[in-house]
Amino acid sequence: MITLDNVTKRYGGQAVVDDVSITFGAEGVTSLIGPNGAGKSTLFALVGRLIAPDAGRVAVDGMDVATTPSAQLAKVLAVLRQDNQVAARLTVQDLVEFGRFPHSRGRLTVVDRDHVERAIGYLDLDPYRQRFLDELSGGQRQRAFIAMVLAQDTEYVLLDEPLNNLDLRHMTEIMRLVRQMADDLGKRVVTVLHDINFAATWSDRIVAMRDGAVVADAAARDIMRPEVLAAVYDTSVDVREIDGRPVALYYG
Amino acid sequence: MTTLTATPTSTPTRMRSRRTWVGVLIGVLLVVLAVTSLFVGVSDVTPASLLAGGAQSDAAFLLVASRIPRTVAVVLVGASLGIAGLILQMLVRNKFVEPSTTGVTEFATLGMLVAMIFFPGMAVFGKMGVAAVFGLIGTWVFLRVVRFVPVRQLVLVPLVGLMLGGVVEAVTTFFAYRLDLLQSLQQWSLGSFASVMQGRYELVWVAGLMVVVAWVAADRFSVIGLGEEFATNLGLDYRRVVAIGMVVVAVITAAVLVTAGMIPFLGLVVPNVVSLIIGDNVRRAVPWVAGLGAVFVVACDILARVVRFPYEIPLSLVVGIIGAALFLWLLLRKKSRAH
Repeated sequence: MITLDNVTKRYGGQAVVDDVSITFGAEGVTSLIGPNGAGKSTLFALVGRLIAPDAGRVAVDGMDVATTPSAQLAKVLAVLRQDNQVAARLTVQDLVEFGRFPHSRGRLTVVDRDHVERAIGYLDLDPYRQRFLDELSGGQRQRAFIAMVLAQDTEYVLLDEPLNNLDLRHMTEIMRLVRQMADDLGKRVVTVLHDINFAATWSDRIVAMRDGAVVADAAARDIMRPEVLAAVYDTSVDVREIDGRPVALYYG
Repeated sequence: MTTLTATPTSTPTRMRSRRTWVGVLIGVLLVVLAVTSLFVGVSDVTPASLLAGGAQSDAAFLLVASRIPRTVAVVLVGASLGIAGLILQMLVRNKFVEPSTTGVTEFATLGMLVAMIFFPGMAVFGKMGVAAVFGLIGTWVFLRVVRFVPVRQLVLVPLVGLMLGGVVEAVTTFFAYRLDLLQSLQQWSLGSFASVMQGRYELVWVAGLMVVVAWVAADRFSVIGLGEEFATNLGLDYRRVVAIGMVVVAVITAAVLVTAGMIPFLGLVVPNVVSLIIGDNVRRAVPWVAGLGAVFVVACDILARVVRFPYEIPLSLVVGIIGAALFLWLLLRKKSRAH
């Protein structure tokens, strides 16, 4: 379980994450939604020990993130941030192999190689394994990054806006994959998503944030209501039932 | 999941065998050039004269006292400067940095001057130590300053470094001028191996040691090259690895400065060429960068000795001209790839 107890993070006096207490990890796929500046990415950074909270405590499986050795946490928790800019010319295989770093410390064993192969296979990256990252399309590159966190073989996987800059087909592809990771591999995936219809379609639980606080936390269907979404985004959102699924209309 | 429509361009196996051939070529070239370097010079040292004279001959003495030290120094300097550039590029995540485009070399030079002013009787090793400490400060200052430059501003980063170096250089020149030490200063700013002799070059082995350190920690540097967020996610102590990298860069810069002087562009051009061929996985790149760096400097040193035979022109001149041309090519090439 990922547990946050009264976590606060301030930037210049303003609380970006304001006294948040929440637990992740019971459901397969949890989506974090909310307007820009709601504190979603900051929350991820706090869990991923990229920044330290001003108050409160973050724990993963009971291990305090602030005091547990980073290398130990890297075996149970993987965080993929948004807009990953990798300047280094690495091949897909290099990148996925680095995902094994917490386990191998650089020396790949047979077990490590097996994990790498499975991750590459799982994301259909076999034809591209010798390609450099800068020779891939956006969707392929995103898959390579996900293969890397998959190879890391952690129970918890945090994906910060994994659909950024992807076209429709690749968005669906990534979300289907996220679902599979939860259902087939038993991972606990938490994602930040902007498209609430994707969130509603693919996740078990939706957590809505606004102004640094959690304002709604429920099953996808219960979040997809006009009054809830209007409160979260401060704009009117119409929700229609199409083929038995709630679909939000927010195109103006 | 559906497969994507794009098909891989070149077959990996063919590419890999081509890479192997280039690697073998670099190795063979290094051996040939190093042996050639032993027999280039004013005095007559040839395999024949060595055989004729035996171990007590002038030729044998010259070989041991001058030619071998020089060749070893050139090889180690070439290899380690390339590595310094590679590691710095990983730390900064920018392909256009190397000790001389980040102010590190200038800081180290200032350190040499400080050592000369305050501890004139100090042994060379001590001076190198002072230069290394200043180089370390220089790396630190640069990394601090560069934090305010967005990572994506590729060309801005080395520009900031060059300006920083310019300021430090001005300070150094000012004090050297006031204290009448300009001539000694010039000795380092013009890289040359002309004065390398037995007993006066051994410090480059320290630089060689740093290459080994870089190789041992290669995977950590690769992960650092992915950025702080990736490194933290993979459970790596980012600051510690950066600190190790800073020491590697500073010590190499100082050791090279003390033995040969300033050699521009090398640390920039060599890792970039290697990156084009095999990419930036540091573990794979270290032998390539070290080998190619050594080949480059040995070739330039031979050229420097042959062009105006029997006189020598400064090595930094030859490296500067060839390096600048290569740098320009890389720069224009990069642009054409629409980065």
